[in-house]
Amino acid sequence: MTEALIEAVGLTKDFDDFRAVAAVDLAVGPGEVVALLGPNGAGKTTTIRMLASLLTPSGGAARVAGFDVRRDPDAVRARVGLLTEHHGLYTRMRSEEYLAFFGGAYRLPRGVLQERTTRLLEQFGLAGDRRRRLGEYSKGMRQKLALVRALLHDPPVLLLDEPTSAMDPASAFQVRGSIDRLRQESRAIIVCTHNLKEAENLADRIAIIRGGQLIATGTATSLKQEVLGRRQMELRLARPLDGAAGLLPQGARLVASGADWLRYETEDPRDSNPRFLRALGQAGIDVVTLAEVERSLEDVYLQVVGRARPSA
Amino acid sequence: MSAVPAPLAGAHGAWLVARREIRDQGRDWRILAPIAMLTLFFPLLMNFTAQAAVDFVNRYGAPIIGERLIPFLLLVVGFFPISISLVIALESFAGERERLSLEPLLVTPLSNMQLYVGKMLASLVAPVLAAYLGIVVYSAGLILRLDWRPPVPLLVQVLLLTTAQALVMVAGAVVISSLTTSVRAANLLASFIIIPVAQLVILESMIMFWGQYSVLWYIVIGLLVTSALLLRMGIHLFNREELLGRELDVLNLAWVGRVVRTEFGAGAGNLKAWYVGLFRRSLPRTLPALGLVALVMAAGYGIGLWAARQWTLPAEMLTLQADPQLVLANMRELGFLQPQGWLWVLSNNLRAVLLASVLGAFTFGVLALVLLTTPVIIVGYIAGNLALAGASAGTVLGALVLPHALVEIPAAMLAGAAILRWGMVVVSPARGRSLGHHWLAGFAEWARLMVGLVVPLLAVAAAIEVFLTPLIAVRVLFGG
Repeated sequence: MTEALIEAVGLTKDFDDFRAVAAVDLAVGPGEVVALLGPNGAGKTTTIRMLASLLTPSGGAARVAGFDVRRDPDAVRARVGLLTEHHGLYTRMRSEEYLAFFGGAYRLPRGVLQERTTRLLEQFGLAGDRRRRLGEYSKGMRQKLALVRALLHDPPVLLLDEPTSAMDPASAFQVRGSIDRLRQESRAIIVCTHNLKEAENLADRIAIIRGGQLIATGTATSLKQEVLGRRQMELRLARPLDGAAGLLPQGARLVASGADWLRYETEDPRDSNPRFLRALGQAGIDVVTLAEVERSLEDVYLQVVGRARPSA
Repeated sequence: MSAVPAPLAGAHGAWLVARREIRDQGRDWRILAPIAMLTLFFPLLMNFTAQAAVDFVNRYGAPIIGERLIPFLLLVVGFFPISISLVIALESFAGERERLSLEPLLVTPLSNMQLYVGKMLASLVAPVLAAYLGIVVYSAGLILRLDWRPPVPLLVQVLLLTTAQALVMVAGAVVISSLTTSVRAANLLASFIIIPVAQLVILESMIMFWGQYSVLWYIVIGLLVTSALLLRMGIHLFNREELLGRELDVLNLAWVGRVVRTEFGAGAGNLKAWYVGLFRRSLPRTLPALGLVALVMAAGYGIGLWAARQWTLPAEMLTLQADPQLVLANMRELGFLQPQGWLWVLSNNLRAVLLASVLGAFTFGVLALVLLTTPVIIVGYIAGNLALAGASAGTVLGALVLPHALVEIPAAMLAGAAILRWGMVVVSPARGRSLGHHWLAGFAEWARLMVGLVVPLLAVAAAIEVFLTPLIAVRVLFGG
């Protein structure tokens, strides 16, 4: 098994009497993207900061890129690309100067720095603005430049706090594409986001944190199944039901029904759906549509964090 | 992914941070405009002032005032530009925190030392260079307008003094900036720097008008030592976590009370256990400071003896001849041999110790040592004069001072050591706790020593001084 690039065991952080993060266990392997979700103040940023060796854990342990965050903070920081919640650019500088400063801090050779600066600015559509002062950049451009800064030293671990929060849809799409490419380059990536659609599309695994505790982890599919129950199918007929519910195969259970529709849940749609359709055909019942009821990560999230979703 | 390069060497990393900020300052007209004004316009104004002053005082036959004013204005011309370094330094960390640009900087592999020294350099370079340029402009004006060439030693002295003053201000301001949550809070705390520096400039001006330029070297040395202490303190206290994690500057009195109570009690359940802790833990911890205080007091006695040779009192002032009964009656009138006298002496000594504590808590203990050593210097001065007058200093001091000094001096030394420890706690606190916590713990330790030992010893010493010393003095010195 490939060794995890991020490994936290019982990671805890106390600020005086307040426990911000409580015994978080998390492992992220190379080429994996984990989305860290949670309400404001849940402990996402504190967790990220501990993994970046900016905050010292009060308890537990964490290793990032093979280094202990407590014992080797400098080594950890050299191997982490952190996109902070706020871009925090020096607005009187130009992007070239700005990246040269951070390249210097990471001790990048001049040639490497120039090559990366050019490549990353082009990749994020900022090449044409490299001579402009950062104060003249739009919010989205600033966010993209902050991401370039985080990638400049080619880190194996990326901790991205709200990477697309200030971006227009096209820029956000561009950034998501970049994160996908970074995953393919075998980096371990944690993305903190409130954009659940983005998390679902981007992440291999989801981790939900609330009150400092990790309350759910898994793939989007497994979380849906675990939290929302079995997958549900909705059948719409050309005519009234005429006893169609009675044809449901074994393993499928009726959840709800109307005059010309019914909804059922099933463990294995690959098996039960064809059998059901065959039975309906043999009974002469015309089917208009059979589709899986869409269940979003938002449903999972709201249920997990304990907020009831208003009924449709 | 490529291999991670080795961390940046110390000086390079610091200079990287400084260079970026200096470049940034060069683009900020709010910094450039006053520096340009103070560098070019202000020295010319000072030239005009010097010319006018010299002409004026010469008319009244007091050329010495003009002679002393010209070097003083040299110092002033250098001081004004460096005052900007205070503004830059105060916002070094607090400003970045407010602009939310601190976190990306802190997550780089730059070491604490590189970040800290880089910030200091960034605050120093432009204002100090501007000060040097201002001094050059002023000196050139003097040569051209008054045909007065500043002596090279004076020029070197002023340049060093200017640099050392800038160092102290910046070192102090960066400490403040790294410990506060906002520029506003940093500016409010800046009075801890501005007031002492203003006093220092007044002192320097007095020295320059007095013409004792050699004294300025001691000030340069003192400033450099202070800068080194502040730098060490700042680097020791520099904490990425505190910088990022601290959100509020709210005074939490409940927490303050809890810390002080816990540290003062030190887990003792009763008075006996508390005293055992005081003798077994607090007192041994104080021993190095106690040694230092003893050395300073011994040096103070030596200074008193030296001063007696420099400024000898007339021998007749030291003659001790009087009617013993009259002496005793006079002493009673002064409050000796009476309970009110005991209270007066004790409260006087307590006031001195409290004043020393307050001064020491904010000056690394230095002013406390000066205050507590002053009586020892006076005793040394009297002993020296007695010896020079041919009297037996041992007999006089043995009768007048020794009985209560046997208790009072250890109490004063202990007080000095406790204050020194409290004052120095900010210079090198142990890691893992905030500066406030350390300072409160230092205060609690000081309070333990005061309450447990110093105050009881001073009470005993006051009793001896009021009830016993007068009788011994009269018997030994006046044969009563």
